[in-house]
Amino acid sequence: MLSLVHRTIASLAGRLATLALVLAGLWALWEGYRALWERAGWTKPFPVDSTTMPHLHDIVRRLFEPIREGEPLLARYMLDAALFTAQEAATGFAIGATIGFLLGAAIARFDVLQRGVMPYIVASQTIPILAVAPIVVVGLGNVSIGGWVPKDWMRVAVIAAYLTFFPVTVNTVRGLRSADPAAVELMESYAASEWAVFWKLRVPAAMPFLFSAFKVAATASVVGAVIGELPSSIQSGLGGWIINFNQYYVLEPENLWAVNLVAALLGISFFLVVVGVERLVVRRPPEQLT
Amino acid sequence: MSGPEVVVQARGVSKVFAKGGVTALQDIDLDVARGEFVSLIGPSGCGKSTLLRVIGDLVEPTAGEILVNGKPAHRARLDRDYGIVFQAAVLYDWRTVAKNIALPLELLGWSRARRAERVAEMLELVELEGFERHYPWQLSGGMQQRVSIARALSFSPALLLMDEPFGALDEMTRERLNDELLRIWAETGSTVIFVTHSISEAVYLSTRVVVMSARPGRITTVIPIDLAQPRTFATREDPRFFELVTEVREALHAGGADV
Amino acid sequence: MTIVFAVGLVSWQWVLPFLGVERYLLPPLTDVLEALWDARSELLRGARITFSEAIGGFVIGCSVAFACALGLARWRPLGNALMPYMVAANAVPIVAFAPITNAWFGTLSPWSKVVIAAILCFFPVLVNTLRGLTSVRPEALELMRSYAAPQRVVFRRVRIPNSLPFVLSALKIASVLAMIGAVVGDYFGGSTEALGVMIVSSVSLAQYETAWAAILVASVLGIAFYGAVALVERLVLGWHPSIRAGVE
Repeated sequence: MLSLVHRTIASLAGRLATLALVLAGLWALWEGYRALWERAGWTKPFPVDSTTMPHLHDIVRRLFEPIREGEPLLARYMLDAALFTAQEAATGFAIGATIGFLLGAAIARFDVLQRGVMPYIVASQTIPILAVAPIVVVGLGNVSIGGWVPKDWMRVAVIAAYLTFFPVTVNTVRGLRSADPAAVELMESYAASEWAVFWKLRVPAAMPFLFSAFKVAATASVVGAVIGELPSSIQSGLGGWIINFNQYYVLEPENLWAVNLVAALLGISFFLVVVGVERLVVRRPPEQLT
Repeated sequence: MSGPEVVVQARGVSKVFAKGGVTALQDIDLDVARGEFVSLIGPSGCGKSTLLRVIGDLVEPTAGEILVNGKPAHRARLDRDYGIVFQAAVLYDWRTVAKNIALPLELLGWSRARRAERVAEMLELVELEGFERHYPWQLSGGMQQRVSIARALSFSPALLLMDEPFGALDEMTRERLNDELLRIWAETGSTVIFVTHSISEAVYLSTRVVVMSARPGRITTVIPIDLAQPRTFATREDPRFFELVTEVREALHAGGADV
Repeated sequence: MTIVFAVGLVSWQWVLPFLGVERYLLPPLTDVLEALWDARSELLRGARITFSEAIGGFVIGCSVAFACALGLARWRPLGNALMPYMVAANAVPIVAFAPITNAWFGTLSPWSKVVIAAILCFFPVLVNTLRGLTSVRPEALELMRSYAAPQRVVFRRVRIPNSLPFVLSALKIASVLAMIGAVVGDYFGGSTEALGVMIVSSVSLAQYETAWAAILVASVLGIAFYGAVALVERLVLGWHPSIRAGVE
């Protein structure tokens, strides 16, 4: 028991040490590149100075300075913006994942759909779908459903949902069909209903596939939310701050870097949440865990 | 073929795996003479596969010495003194049958013409003429294993190491490949070290059966097989065959194996 | 399949307007085609600019990623330690960095979009290639060891061929990402002739037909790019089970 605790602590310490090493490595790369290019005076591929590549510590420090004289810290605003964008992304993820799963289940069940619909679903994603974002976000602004007008952030969630549904659909189809034929026969020998086969066999078999789709989709939903905010004149999210800080980049480059850092952390958090849920839900033999 | 009469010489070989401190092999002494067919048999965990890998210098022993053709095992590997066949055929999916067989020849720098000639010979040897352009996935498990044997023999190594090569095949295919292996062994005059967990297979094929026991892995008995050569269908019904099978089984029991 | 296509076109032209879908959401097909014809020379120029940005980013990002993957596969402990971080880096919304690359290279420079496209391509290709290079069954490596093959040969004969299915499926993903990077990079400003800038400015001028025409062009380019990579995959991986079974 005690040794188990020891081992857990040791492995945790090991991970933290690796994390620290990786961060230190990135910092060294960044600052080393800066120093080398500045000293040598190289201007290719681009001239290096405090505007193009601010010191990393300046970027981090900027987060913990007041946004303006006498006002709350920038980090405070960034946290609010991140939560706002996270709401859009999470809503989009939920909608997209649900639609994706239902669509995938329908396609897996009815072969006709596989041949008639699947190619278009694939094609729909080979187009740069984010190109449509401005139109969807601006266009939906004029839609009213029985007098109810969707809120701004919901329009953005539609973009996130659109990016989310595709990987989920594809992997649902593959996952539901991945059930071992012998296991299906076993269920048939019990005269199990199709519904029972679906829930007791096909869905559990599809879980690893679903989660690998969720991981892609979690990332995509954050990207969709950030990009969706750009043309929508929504100011409260990370996308809005990116536009805002972009205009004053020459004056305060650390601001734009800081908001991008927060966006990166948000994307990684979404990914890690899915990984965490997967660890809890999907029990796999240890050798497949990596 | 000339060379030393003793092809493999193991002296006090031990192997302790760093991970978990398992003693896979303890104090193994074994000599294999030219032209012998030696089977290693024992319960799982007795280190028979590890011993094979130590002989092939794929695993380094913790103690002891291995000589192959009178040279240290490492030197012998660099000289390509042996061919190896695994339980899985380990064919490269992206190469045709012919190119899989030719792989070691390419590494040895043989010319294209010489390779083609040898591949044709090998295909004839394992009776797979006409399949040279097939990809591995187009073959049955037994055919894949024959390609793997052809690949191991393609550069005429003096020694053939086989790690449960027929373990994953069905009984009928296995018996057919046993006969084929004996024919190839007779035709090429090579020395074979053969890991198996099938008692009848070991007795049917071998000139000597080495019985091992587990935890720690060591040699308990060596049983010479005095059945007449060549072995045929009749051999399997020979009363002497059953006696030897019983003898090996009892040796395994004595070593603590659940057979 | 053709039936679905026809039904799609018909509903685009007549059913959507009938259902009350407004012009700005999706104008009737004929209007879009008309806009496509009217703006054909601008669209063609924009397509050339944006597509070459995408290709440039694709080539740079994928080759750097492949080289890094080879290095990380050669020094396994480093690769193993960095793997989770590279997977997590995939979750970073990289398109949001477009304004920063604009600041690096100047808003009008194509390089700012090339770099975004390259970074987008980098991580999926790196992660997939590394998986492919390292997911070799142990016996295949032991076989090479039994031949006393040096590392260079192990890579050439075993690891790289083994990684090809992984690499090519990553290249398909990268082709899509490169187009997205090039188009979305334009949202933060770029040569007014580029496709992405055309989309944004047409929307803000309420010229929805032109915007959709530009989207159509971007889509066709994206599909063509993806199709080309898929074709290469088919040619290269003739031996691979997924190709022979006609999966996908």
